[in-house]
Amino acid sequence: MAAAVAAHEAGVKDILLLERDQYLGGILNQCIHQGFGLHHFKEELTGPEYADRFIKQIENLPQIEVSLSSMVVRLTKDRVLTYFKPGEMVELKAKALIMATGCRERTREMVHIPGARPAGIYPAGLAQKMINIEGWLPGKEVVIVGSGDIGLIMARRFTLEGAKVQAVIEIQKESRGLIRNVVQCLEDFEIPLYFQHKIRTLKGKDRVESVEVVEVDDNYNEKPETRFGLSCDTVLISVGLIPENELIEMAGVTDVIKIDLPGVFVCGNSYKVYDLVDWVTRDSVKAGKMAAEYLRSQM
Amino acid sequence: MKKKITCIECPQGCQLEVDVENGYVVKVTGNKCDKGTDYAKQEIENPMRVLTSTVQSDGLELKMVPVRTDKTIPKSQVLKAMAEVQKIKLTQPVKVGEVIMKNILGTEANLIATRPAAKRSFPS
Repeated sequence: MAAAVAAHEAGVKDILLLERDQYLGGILNQCIHQGFGLHHFKEELTGPEYADRFIKQIENLPQIEVSLSSMVVRLTKDRVLTYFKPGEMVELKAKALIMATGCRERTREMVHIPGARPAGIYPAGLAQKMINIEGWLPGKEVVIVGSGDIGLIMARRFTLEGAKVQAVIEIQKESRGLIRNVVQCLEDFEIPLYFQHKIRTLKGKDRVESVEVVEVDDNYNEKPETRFGLSCDTVLISVGLIPENELIEMAGVTDVIKIDLPGVFVCGNSYKVYDLVDWVTRDSVKAGKMAAEYLRSQM
Repeated sequence: MKKKITCIECPQGCQLEVDVENGYVVKVTGNKCDKGTDYAKQEIENPMRVLTSTVQSDGLELKMVPVRTDKTIPKSQVLKAMAEVQKIKLTQPVKVGEVIMKNILGTEANLIATRPAAKRSFPS
């Protein structure tokens, strides 16, 4: 949205904003906690409030056409894109294209947690969507693997909803998340955070029943005498994000160092993983301006 | 008595060293801005938090409507306030900032919506 508004301000008069979801705002809608906008708006907002400020701007700019429930499935190197929206498949050629497709979460399979494969294991951001958007509480007794910001935020969220968060297990020596989240999400609720620990095995037949945790040394070797068990019905995985760049790969980008797609710009978490949305906005404004400049150079 | 706390006012997370006498803060160091001094004083003498959560809805386009308190409430009241939030079922459309519950638990903070929710236009 920030890139669209910036391109509009820079003189682009025909802008189409494609959104896969039914609403604008992307991941901000499920980030109901505070901490957004301190730099950009000079006040502390929640995710939905931050998104709403941009949605209102977009609504007031009729030259930005918004198409919701629109999923882009194909992109070629000369910027022909194909997208589906309810009841329709559309193919069009863009003169310039800004990709703001966000991230995917790293999953259990990417961090090699040994043991059973029962139900009850969720990426932390998925659990966030289940609670905050759908209103489902995925479980009552939770162990969180990885101390990324989403995992920390979800430790507090589960606690507020009446679940017991047994522990956060982090293999590194320090948190991957912001220190303020360690304080206000874990320490406030006396949730233990184990550094240099990992899950040794995950147990459960149909549903997760427990995990066995072990301390590791600086070379990540297990110290067997430190093993201990934690009962749980839910395991959250919060071990980082991966930029979602399937479409530009489809368009022929094979080497990120030499992106050779004239007229294609990437911003937000699909460009790199940010920890603050304010910087996403700042850099997306740049992407919008660059796209406008590119269009002028092609006239 | 000296205490070490982490400021949570912004993502920088300054490590503060606080001199406390008889439960009151007399000196704060380690802060990069004035917010740190105020935070340390508040945190030692009477810790406060903003509560963010969701409320259920009926007949609106969103199943869950995100909410927050419009100012901080005592940290000790957070779980009690949460119990009140869980009882709410929203049936009328709301705008961002609209008050959903006034003066929650007598804290003088209001619970406000943080996302607009219109009437649902189709049956789900």
